[in-house]
Formats: sequence, C-alpha cells, structure tokens
Amino acid sequence: MTFSPELEARFEKFLAKYPADRKRSAVIPMLVYAQDETEAITQELIEEVAKRCGVTPLQVDEVVGFYSMLHKKPQGKYHVQVCTNISCLLVGGEELWNQACHKLGIGHKQTSADGRVSLEEVECMGACSWAPAVQVNYDFYHFVTPGQLDKLLDGLAAGKKPEEIADVKKVSC
Amino acid sequence: MADLVKFTINGQELEAPAGMLVIEAAKQNGIEIPSFCYYEGYSLQAACRMCLVEVEKMPKMQVACTLPVSAGMVIRTETDQVKLARKSTLEFLLTNHPLDCPVCDKGGECELQDMVFRYGAGESRYTETKIHVNEQQWSPVVFYDAPRCILCFRCVRACDEGMGVSALGVINRGAQSLISPNMGDHLECDECGQCIDICPVGALTSGAYRYQTRPWEMEHVGTICTHCSDGCKTTLGVRNDEIVRGNNRDRSGVNGEFLCIKGRYAFDFSESAERLQSPMIRVNGKLEEVSWSKALETIGKKFAEVKAKGGKFGVIGSNHTTNEENYYLQKFARQGLGTNNIDHQRTGDVVTLVDALSGTTGRLAKTEDFYERKAVLVIGADLSAEHPFLAFQTRANYRHHEAHVYAVTAEAVREDNMATRSVRVAKGEELAGVEGLRDALAAETELVVVFDDSIKGDKVRSLVAFGESLGIPVSYCALVDYSNSRGAIDMGLVAELNPGFHATGTAGASVDEMLAANDLAALWVVGSNPLQNAKLAASRAFVVVQDLFLTETAQRADVVLPTASAYEKNGTVTNGCGEVQRLKRASATMGAKTDLEIIGLIAKEMGLAPLMGPWLPETVYAEIRKTVKGYDIPLPLVTIGAQQTAPVNGRVGVDSRPDLIRSSHDKLFTSGTLGRYSTVLNSVIEGRQSR
Ligand code: SF4
Ligand code: SF4
Ligand code: SF4
Ligand code: FES
Ligand code: FES
Repeated sequence: MTFSPELEARFEKFLAKYPADRKRSAVIPMLVYAQDETEAITQELIEEVAKRCGVTPLQVDEVVGFYSMLHKKPQGKYHVQVCTNISCLLVGGEELWNQACHKLGIGHKQTSADGRVSLEEVECMGACSWAPAVQVNYDFYHFVTPGQLDKLLDGLAAGKKPEEIADVKKVSC
Repeated sequence: MADLVKFTINGQELEAPAGMLVIEAAKQNGIEIPSFCYYEGYSLQAACRMCLVEVEKMPKMQVACTLPVSAGMVIRTETDQVKLARKSTLEFLLTNHPLDCPVCDKGGECELQDMVFRYGAGESRYTETKIHVNEQQWSPVVFYDAPRCILCFRCVRACDEGMGVSALGVINRGAQSLISPNMGDHLECDECGQCIDICPVGALTSGAYRYQTRPWEMEHVGTICTHCSDGCKTTLGVRNDEIVRGNNRDRSGVNGEFLCIKGRYAFDFSESAERLQSPMIRVNGKLEEVSWSKALETIGKKFAEVKAKGGKFGVIGSNHTTNEENYYLQKFARQGLGTNNIDHQRTGDVVTLVDALSGTTGRLAKTEDFYERKAVLVIGADLSAEHPFLAFQTRANYRHHEAHVYAVTAEAVREDNMATRSVRVAKGEELAGVEGLRDALAAETELVVVFDDSIKGDKVRSLVAFGESLGIPVSYCALVDYSNSRGAIDMGLVAELNPGFHATGTAGASVDEMLAANDLAALWVVGSNPLQNAKLAASRAFVVVQDLFLTETAQRADVVLPTASAYEKNGTVTNGCGEVQRLKRASATMGAKTDLEIIGLIAKEMGLAPLMGPWLPETVYAEIRKTVKGYDIPLPLVTIGAQQTAPVNGRVGVDSRPDLIRSSHDKLFTSGTLGRYSTVLNSVIEGRQSR
C-alpha cells in the first residue's frame, strides 16, 4: 500500500519513537492519520499497519473495533460529534444531540446525502469542564449553546469551512 | 527466590515470596479466591472482577489476581462485602448469558455455573432482551457460541502466548465484544483445542465432543497419547465403551494441560469404522474372515515349519506398541524363533547419542528441561509442527524464564519468533550452522540440544563433541517419531541390539534388508506398515500382519490379526526423552486382541508358552525391570508420573546404521498410517485444501 510522502514520514517517526519490540504501540497513531488519507480503515490498511507494526491483522482489527474514533466507513467531510455523557448531559448535551439530528435529518453514525456532514453521539471526550462539548473532526467547541450549534450546522451544510462560520469558535488545545 | 514476606488472609498468618500475586499466595495456602480471567501461566488481565478481596488500609476492594502480596498485608476473602461483590459480578456476567446449561456441553463442569451455584443470585434484575449472536463454526474443531462468552480472554492468551499462533482476538467493545477468528469467519490455526478446554464456560466447544454427552456420564481414563513421541498424558472420556473426548484438565502427566490436536481429538482413529474385527486368512488369493483359533493354528503351524526347516524369519515391530509387547516380541523372535532379524522403522539416532554420552550420567534431556534450562537449541526439526509439546514447553520457558532459544533449520519455523538467533542452513549443513553459534552458546550457562534425523551417525558424535567443548552443562534429546519409538529401541526391536542397548554380536536383518531378501520364508509384522512405500521381494514369503486396519502391508498378508489400539490396552511406553509412562485401557473393539496377547497365543500354539511366560503386562514389566538396564522402576512410580529411565552408562558399540534412520516428519495433522484413519485430522486437511 502506498501513502503520501507526508504520511510515510509520519509513520517513520512513530515507528522510530517506540522500542523495536514494542512497535505495536504505533498502531493507533498510524491508523488515526492513515484514515484521514484513505477516508476509512480498509482491510488493506489493516493488513499494511499490521505488517509494519509486527502484529497480526486481527490484532489491528481489535483496536479498530474498540476505538470509536477509528472508522471503517467513510465519514462526512465534517464529522460532528456530540457528547451526551454525564457532564454534558447535565448541561444540555442531549438537547444538542437531538437538535443536531433534527437539523441534519440524520442519526448516529450517519452521513448527509451530499457527504458534507456526518453525525456521531459520543462518550465523554475529556472536555467535561467545558461542557457541553462538541467536536468537529479534530477541533473542540466548548460551552456550546443551541444557537451556536445551529449556526455551526447551517454553516457546514451551506458549504462553509468551520473557521468561516461567525460566532462559533473552536478552542485550540 | 524472592524474600518471604508475612501477611494474613482471613486472620491466618501466612508467608509467601514477596511479589507473589495474592490469588496465588492464597491458593498455595488452600484458600480459594474465585477467578475467571486469571489463569496461571498467562499474562494478567484483571477483566472479570471475580477475584475482588478486601485489603486493610485500601479503601476499595482489590483484584487479587494482579495485586502482589507485601509484608504486613491484611487480606479478607470471605467477608459480606466480598461475597456481595461476587454476587454482583456474577449477576453482571449473566446479564447477557443464556440460561441454556441443560443443553450446554459445559454444564456440570462449568466454572460460571459452579460460581453462580455458590455465590450467585437466584434471580436477575436485568429483564431487557439479551443480545443474541448465532453460533458459528470456525473450523472442524472449533465452534463459538458468543452469548455464552464471558469475555475472560483466556482463549486469546492461550492461543497467543501458549501456542504462539495468535489466531484469536477480541473485536468490538463493551457488550458487543466478540471473540473473533483470525480469518474473519474461520480459523486457520493449529486446531489444538487449547482455547476450547481453557474456556471457563461453554462458549468455545469442539466438533468432536459437542452435544455428545454430559460430563458425569463418562468415565475418565488417563493414558498416553499414541501419536508423537512427546508422551503427553491424555485423559479420555469414555461412555458406553466409546471414547468421546480427550483432554488433560487435571494437569497430570509431563504435559500439564497441553495437548495438540492429535492428543486431544485424534483418538478417533480408534473408533474408526474401518477397524479390523476378525482375523483373516488368504484363501485362493483373497482374505477371508476366520476364527481366532483357526488363524492362530495356521500361524503356529507355518512358523514351526519354517523354524524346523531353518527358513529365514523377519519380524518387524512397531513404533506404537507397548514396552511389554516390544520386549515380548523380541524375546519371541530371538529365543522362540531363533532369529535376530527383528527391527522397527528407525526414526532417530538415539543409539549413537547414548554411545557418545557413555561414561556420563544425566545427560539425556528430560521433558522438564525444555521448560527449565536457560537455553534451548533446536536443530533440524520444525518443533512446533512435529513435536508440539516440546515446542510448547520451550515457548513457556521463553515466556516465563526468558530462556534463550536458538534454531538451526532449513525452513522458517515458529521458534524463530522467540529465537535469540535463528540460522537458516541447507539440509545437511546443520552442523555448520551450529558451529556458527559457538560463541553465543558458550556464553550460556546451560543448554538443551534437541535434534531430528538430520543429525545421525557421526554427526551425533560431532554434535556431542561440540556440546562438550562449550564448557557448560549440556543435555541432549534425539527426536524420534511416535509414542513408543524410544521404547522400541530400548526393548531391542533393533537388529543389532538386545534390550537395554546390548549388542547382539551378530546383527540380524534390518527392515530394509528383510523386505529386500529374496529368501525370506516368513515375515511377521506387528503394528507397522512397511509396505506403504516399499515392496516385499520374497514373493512366496508367508506374511502375518497384526494391525488395526487393512493397511498396504495387511493387504499383502496371508494372515491378518486384528489388534487393539493403544487406547485399548494396558502397559507402558517410553517417550522421546526416555520417560516411562503408563497406558491404561479406555475402551475395547470387539474381535480385537492386544498384541501382547496375540504374541502369547502364537507362542502357545508353538509350544513356547513356558519359555515366554504369561502375557500379562505386569508380569512382562516385572521381567523388563529385571533384565533391561535402566528400567528398574517400580510400576507404582510409573503410574503416578513419568520416570526417566537411567540410560546405560557405557559404550553401545554397534553401528547405528544411519542409512536406516528416517523420520517421517509428521506435522500437526498427520500421524503416519494411523493419521489416515482419523476423521478429525482428515477433515482439517480437507478443509484447508478446499480453500
Ligand atoms: S485451536 Fe489452538 S491454535 Fe486454534 S485458535 Fe484455539 S488455541 Fe489457537
Ligand atoms: S470464548 Fe471462553 S475463553 Fe474465550 S473469552 Fe469467551 S469465555 Fe473466555
Ligand atoms: S504433542 Fe505429541 S504426544 Fe502430545 S498430544 Fe500432540 S501428538 Fe500427542
Ligand atoms: S461528559 Fe462530555 S466531555 Fe466529558
Ligand atoms: S480473576 Fe481477577 S479480575 Fe478476573
């Protein structure tokens, strides 16, 4: 399997980072970055990562199935993740989730017809202090209000990039 | 050993090495802490929470399976809180577990069932629909019933760590988690069944045993696997005189719980519909069934006639028959028929090894050495495929003791994965490869050297000389093929050797020479199939064959006698490491007799009964103890465990005939002629071919 030179360079960095007999530690980061390039985790990718990390394809598959941020199906261009775990739930996470479903007309792990936005209800993403939290691809949005979510989703559906949408600011972390 | 520390469990003052896990320290002292995911010898998981205990000064309950004991620890394993925790854990494990114990293979010996019986709640608060996943067949051997699975991951670790196969994994997460086979919907693995037997519940079941019987309806007979020479104890489950399963859950025998597919499932050849059940005599060119008395009378007369005329006999013994049968057969041949033409298909050069080690003691490797010595050198053999148990021992040694493993082989082998150094050599160049390891090996503190038939004759001497020159203690094992290949040599089924490695003086004819001799008057084959790949030159020779099946050799016979399989007789066998163990009769096949009895009956026909003595295994064993050097081991000792025979401590002084030594290199799914009659082995082979 061939990857872009940038990704290859990343892979090399990961593999060099861990001791020779612990190459398997690179499985997760490799998958995370690879899926951005290949759009989803295919069987071919699983086998490639297994080969490079010295584990069996099944052992890579175990990881893929376990972590919700690893996807075997392609996501929308913008993958919107709404947390409904306890901290977020207490301050409106569930309402945000229902609102997103209504607005986009899609549900958990579904993608809009134009492929722009996909939706996922996620477990705690470690942003409890800033609940309710929403994540779009790798960016976090804290203290999200229903109004902000509306603007965000409208903007994305209209073809805007997240950073072009007024009044909703991602937080850098 | 680590320093001992004092601690208390349930008020009892106890001692254990610092760092020992609480669950083990408790077990050592007879205190059981229930567990599912914890399994001795495999990596720690702490997945099931069944082992929670109270530890003073620790605010929450602790998992005993990962907590090391330390000085002054105060542990309680039977408080109300602990019992409540067990009850809750069980309720949780049962949320998605079907209540199908009445039809589950494991019912009656299920760890979950036992625990629920002891600690569990009678009712569940979980009333929602359970997740159902259909039962799946992964291979001829392995079936998976997901709803029963309690996700203890024992199977995954047994396959990964124990077998080095890594064919099982866990996919998905939480309640959706499933065990998955390596090929998505099927398994490609050793088919050893370790995963099935280690499963605490009935989630993994075997093609051989599933829905056959209930555990309490069987008798359990501990005997020795008749396939390779590793000598694993297999406990056969017998119902209505039929063997329905093999395992070794009681960890008796040299092998502990280990068995490969052959020891665990390939007992089925013994139940094959093709078993011979009546003696046969050739009449007008065709084999016809006759009575035992007629068959024995025919043989007795013919043998007496040949003997009287001074005709040439050939006697070929087996790699599977008991020491008693082998001893009895060679005694009959040498003393009764007056011939040294007695041999068996030789599979490894034990003879030269014993000779090369003369003057030393304790230099033949024991099975336990593969687990305990600091370094293991494997030469020639694909150990994991040909000697699964020795490979398993070596792997465990690597895992538990960080043993250094070296492999010098022609092809890539599984041992490479753990090897300190692997050397690829052309066949025949093994010694050069070993020489290349000299510095590395000399730096070890001790070594076990195991080699197959690529090292024979003078090469054995060179190898021993090499080992001796390393300046460290070295023990050796010459691999042989089958369950009693070693016993065949020890008992003198060798043209040049009487029992106990005593030279006969004048060597008799070897198997090859018997088959090639035009003037052979009578050939007597006991449990061997020499005509599978060879021709019998003496077209007029009178041929008697004792076998389980109508093999190529039996088809050429004038008289065929149906014999009992290894699982249908008592006696002793000696494994490749020279350890004597006891065979116990598990079942019977109507019409068949043990080889010992048959030899005795032929002797009786010829009026040789007084010479031969009674054909009782115990009586013959008593004679072996007296006459075969190294075998003076009381039977009760053999009964309770493997006993290594003390090898002769002197020169053997015969040519071991390397030209005759040929291993058949049976792999995981073959076992000489016997393997052809095993349904399970055949179905695995066919399954692979059809893919
Ligand atoms: S049968 Fe043996 S090799 Fe196959 S999956 Fe089970 S443990 Fe692994
Ligand atoms: S199949 Fe059996 S051994 Fe494997 S995880 Fe499930 S319960 Fe444990
Ligand atoms: S390793 Fe050898 S003796 Fe052990 S079960 Fe397998 S075939 Fe039988
Ligand atoms: S519960 Fe939503 S981020 Fe933690
Ligand atoms: S046995 Fe300790 S957590 Fe499973």
